[in-house]
Parts: sequence; structure tokens; C-alpha cells
Amino acid sequence: MLNWKVILNIAKTHLLTKLKQTAIAALGVTFGIAAYITLVSFMTGLNKMLDDLMLNQTPHIRIYNEIEPSDPQPVSLYDKFENSLNIVHSIKPKLTQKKIHNALPFIKYLNEDKNVKGAIPQVKTQIFYIAGSIEIAGNLTGIIPTEEARLFNFRDYITIGSPEKLQNTDNGILLGAGIASKMSLDVGDRIQISTIKGDVFPLKIVGIYQSGVADIDAIQSFVNLKTAQRILGEAENYITDINVKLHDLDKAFLMSKKIEQQFGLTAIDIKTANAQFETGTTIRNLITYAVSITLLIVAGFGIYNILNMLIYEKMNDIAILKATGFSGKDVQYIFMSQAIIIGIVGGLLGLLIGFVFTNIINTIPFRTEALPTIETYPINFNGWFYVIGITFAMISTFFAGYLPSQKAKKIDPVKIIRGQ
Amino acid sequence: MNTVLEAKHINKYFKKPVLFHVLKDINFKINRGEFTSIMGKSGCGKSTLLYILSTMDTDYEGQLFLNNQLITGDKRDQLSYLRNKHIGFVFQFHYLLSEFSVLENVMLPAKKLGEKSLKEIEHDGIQKLKILNIEHLAKKRASQISGGEKQRVAIARALINSPSIIMGDEPTGNLDSHNSDNVFRIFKQLSEEQNLSLLIVTHDEDFAKRTDRIITMEDGRIIS
Repeated sequence: MLNWKVILNIAKTHLLTKLKQTAIAALGVTFGIAAYITLVSFMTGLNKMLDDLMLNQTPHIRIYNEIEPSDPQPVSLYDKFENSLNIVHSIKPKLTQKKIHNALPFIKYLNEDKNVKGAIPQVKTQIFYIAGSIEIAGNLTGIIPTEEARLFNFRDYITIGSPEKLQNTDNGILLGAGIASKMSLDVGDRIQISTIKGDVFPLKIVGIYQSGVADIDAIQSFVNLKTAQRILGEAENYITDINVKLHDLDKAFLMSKKIEQQFGLTAIDIKTANAQFETGTTIRNLITYAVSITLLIVAGFGIYNILNMLIYEKMNDIAILKATGFSGKDVQYIFMSQAIIIGIVGGLLGLLIGFVFTNIINTIPFRTEALPTIETYPINFNGWFYVIGITFAMISTFFAGYLPSQKAKKIDPVKIIRGQ
Repeated sequence: MNTVLEAKHINKYFKKPVLFHVLKDINFKINRGEFTSIMGKSGCGKSTLLYILSTMDTDYEGQLFLNNQLITGDKRDQLSYLRNKHIGFVFQFHYLLSEFSVLENVMLPAKKLGEKSLKEIEHDGIQKLKILNIEHLAKKRASQISGGEKQRVAIARALINSPSIIMGDEPTGNLDSHNSDNVFRIFKQLSEEQNLSLLIVTHDEDFAKRTDRIITMEDGRIIS
């Protein structure tokens, strides 16, 4: 026998006649939720920005030839020493070629895999930038610029120029911002580089590259894949690295292991390479949620307190309701619905305020050398945060209302009526 | 004459602070249209008996029949429903919901029962207020009317679901002689005109003498 209309009507009257208390209780929830939305949007926005900074330009799997000592040393292959203890001193790494064997068919094979979004070749080499008599050591990477832009957000890190321009200029170079400023060079200028072997090549600067990590920008430059191969005097199948981007990042680890076993190459997946990064993200998220939940719990206690007081004030009302035929459950629902109404109203208001706050933060200018593409503070607008926020508001007010309402349910009307 | 309320061998103990036998083997019947009063000294157990009869107190031994149906041992929700439908209450203190209007207070038990539409309930409510000559107060807040008026509102509320019996715990105890006379006349009128049963606990001997039947209690027993 439940009559929600009557119950809600009574709850409404209680709330409206105690408007001040209701407002305070609801504001507690509002602040909690607003703070949660603001915090979580801002924090995950920052996280995402930092992740993008690192992960978007990082291949999910990087395949290359590692210089390392052979695991089975030749002595162990010799049958006569099979049952003896062999100790080899000062093991040297095995001389292998830097290039990946049979790279072009291998890339084709990877690109046919349905998990792979794209696999692209790179040629990495050490060079010197020459300025008069000064030689500055650096890294030169031969790439396919448009493919890099498609898979690894390469475009975001080119401050002047474009990937297409590099693609179309045979002897063009995309110079690191650090080098450019060190050598007072700008787009359109020419730069000479020298390989380790001593061959000197003039290249034309078609753009400036800035990753945001100063150490990288001070050494790293890019040229076309073919240009790099020509500089090194190698053939078109000379490829030192293959960078793979998958559709699903979580498959990177297994796939890298598979490639290592199948092809005898070194394959590093993104999580192994950036383990410390993942930890940072997790901990930042943890802090965000800990703070938000604390705020909401405090708001919950506020509601608990106010409902408790309300029930003490309404002892007589409760007794009379019970005497006139309202069951304990009805009385409980009256107070529960009050708590939940406070939760919904306060929560929705909190979502709104949170939304407004995050929008304001999103317009505050935030420019930094390290992040060329960011102009305002990053905010992650995610509908799920709002769903979680309102759900948590409802749950916390439900529990805050449950205990006092349970007490109201158990109040013995006879004691109240006779006690007066 | 058909019986509205019947008590058989009711015993009640208070367990705290020491075991105390409050009600000792109470047996009686109340018939339809009967105006009964319970008298007795303070502490003789008459209020305790009333709250057992009202179904609010379920901690007793014996059997209780309402309209010839055994209600002892029913679930609390079921008892709440019975109380809502069949029993009207009037207390010494007026116990209105002070934030609601007079009419809303009267309508509340009927809304809870939910057998009639809101319009019918409102009509009934005004009807009951008319019977008690207080229809002009309908829109006032319950906290804004006088004590005598409050008691009449409480009676109107007790009547709203056309109960089988009205119970009162010293309903005139807190009123001056004029108002208590008024309340008595209302009760008398209800019992005569609407054939309503009434069971009123009172200290007021003048009040009791004018009722149809007096049950006198002493030390937890009915003595007459």
C-alpha cells in the first residue's frame, strides 16, 4: 500500500517550509558535484594532453635490430664441451647489420594484418650539423612525412612548414627548433650536414620541428626516407626502424612478443617503453577521484545531519502519521524522498555549475613553449563524468537519507503521544 | 447488536525497569453506536489499554477482534491499513501537521487510503469540517488556529475515512469547560446520528457520566 503522491506531497511540504536548511543541504551536494566535474574534467584534460604529447607521437610497436651479444656463445655449440662448464670472459656484442632484413616485404606483411592501422619505415642515423668549423652532433631520421602525419600526429609538431612540403622537396630538411635557434637558421636557408663517414650534404630547410621536449629539439631533424638512404649511400631497402600503430593499443604487448619470436627482431611495445608514464596517469586519476569522493562524502554527511535534525523536529508529525494509518515504510519513504530530492536538485545544479566552470577554464589562455598546439587550458568534456557525478550524488544522498529515515521508521508513536 | 471491538483476555507487562503486570485479563466488547468511556486513576493502565486497542501497541497477550475479525498477530503494514480505514483517533494534544492547511490535515488519512479521487476526498473533508462548524478555517494553516479549533480539526480528521470506531485519549483534557462541552456534544451527536462507536479515555467525571457506558479500571483490571 504505497501512495507516492501523498508521500511526495508531504516530503515537498517539509522541504519547502524548511527552505533554508534544504538549500544548505542541496548546496553541499552542488559544491561537491561541481568540484568533482571541474576537477575531473580539468585533470583528465591535462592527463590527455600529456598522454598525447608522449603517446601520439610514439609508435605502439617499434621494431629494430638491437646490438647485443649472442645468447648461445659458439663454445656451447661444440659437442665435445657439452658436459663441461664453459666460462667466456669479456663477451662482445655480435656484429650485425643495422638494417632490418627483408624490411619491405615485412612492412607489407604488417600492413595486411587487420589489427594494424599502419606500419611505416624509418631510417635513423647520427649526423653532424656543420656551421663553419663547428660540428654539432645530431640525429637524422628519414621518414615518409605524410604517413607520419596520418599515424603519429606529426603535423602537430611542425611549427613552420608542413609534412607535404617536406614530402615534395627532395633535398629538404625539417630542422629541430633547438638547432635552428643555435645556428640562427630559418626556413629557406641552407644547412650542411655530415655523416659519420664524413660525407657532406647540403640540405634546404623547409620547416621547423618542435616536439616540446627541448633535448630532442636540440638534436633531431627529419628528411625524406629516400634522402636519408641517399645520404647514407644505401639502397632503397635499407630501413632501420619500423613503427607500427595498432587500432587497439592494448594488443601492442602480445603483438610485439609475437614479432620478436617470429622474425628474430627487437620489438618494443608502447607500455613497456613508457611504463613510468602510465603510472603517472594512474596516480593523477587516483588523486582526482580521491578528492572528489571526499567532497561528496562531506556533502553526504551534511545531508545526514540535516535530515537527522528534521526527524527530531518532526517527531510529533511522525507519530501522528503513524497513528492515522501511515506505515513505518511510508514514513521512511517520506524522509528518503526528501534526501533524494535534495540529491537530484543539488546534483543537477552541481553538474550545471561544473559545466560552466569547465567552459570558463577552457577559455583561459595557456601557452607554453613545450606544447606548441595548446592555446588554452585543456578540458576533457566527457559525458560519462556527468553520469558518474549525478549517480554518485544520488547514491551518497540515498545513504545519507537511509539511516535517519530508518530511525523515523522505527519511532514508536505510542511513546511520543504518551510522552507529551 | 453487532460488535465493533472485542478484547479477550488481554494481558500486558512492562518489562522495564522491573517486570510489572499492567493489564490483567481484560475482557470487554463495544457495540455499534455505543458511546463508552474508560475511567480510572492515573497509572491504572487505561491509556495502555487504549493503545493496545488502537493496534499501535502490539506487545501484549490475548486476542483482539475488530469487526469480528482477529487482528492480533497481523503484520504492521496490515495493522496500519486497518488503523487507517477503521479507527479514528483523537488525542489530548491536538497533533496536527502544523505545516499543512486545516483541510489538508483532514484529507491526509483519506489520501493515504486512496479509495476515493482527490475531488471526492476534498468534498468529504469540507463536509466533515461543516459537521464540526469549522469549514471557514479550511484554508488556514494548522498552526494558526486555537486549541479548541484544533481539537475539532482532529475530530474531523478522525472521521474522514468513516471509521468503525473513534478512540480518544483524554480528548478534552486540555480544553476549558466550554470547549470540552462542545467536543462532548459533537461526540454525542456522532454516536446518535451516525451510529458511530466511541471509546474515550477520560479523567473528567462529568464527561464520563453523560456517556452510554462507563468502564472503570483499577490496578490493571476492569472493576465495573
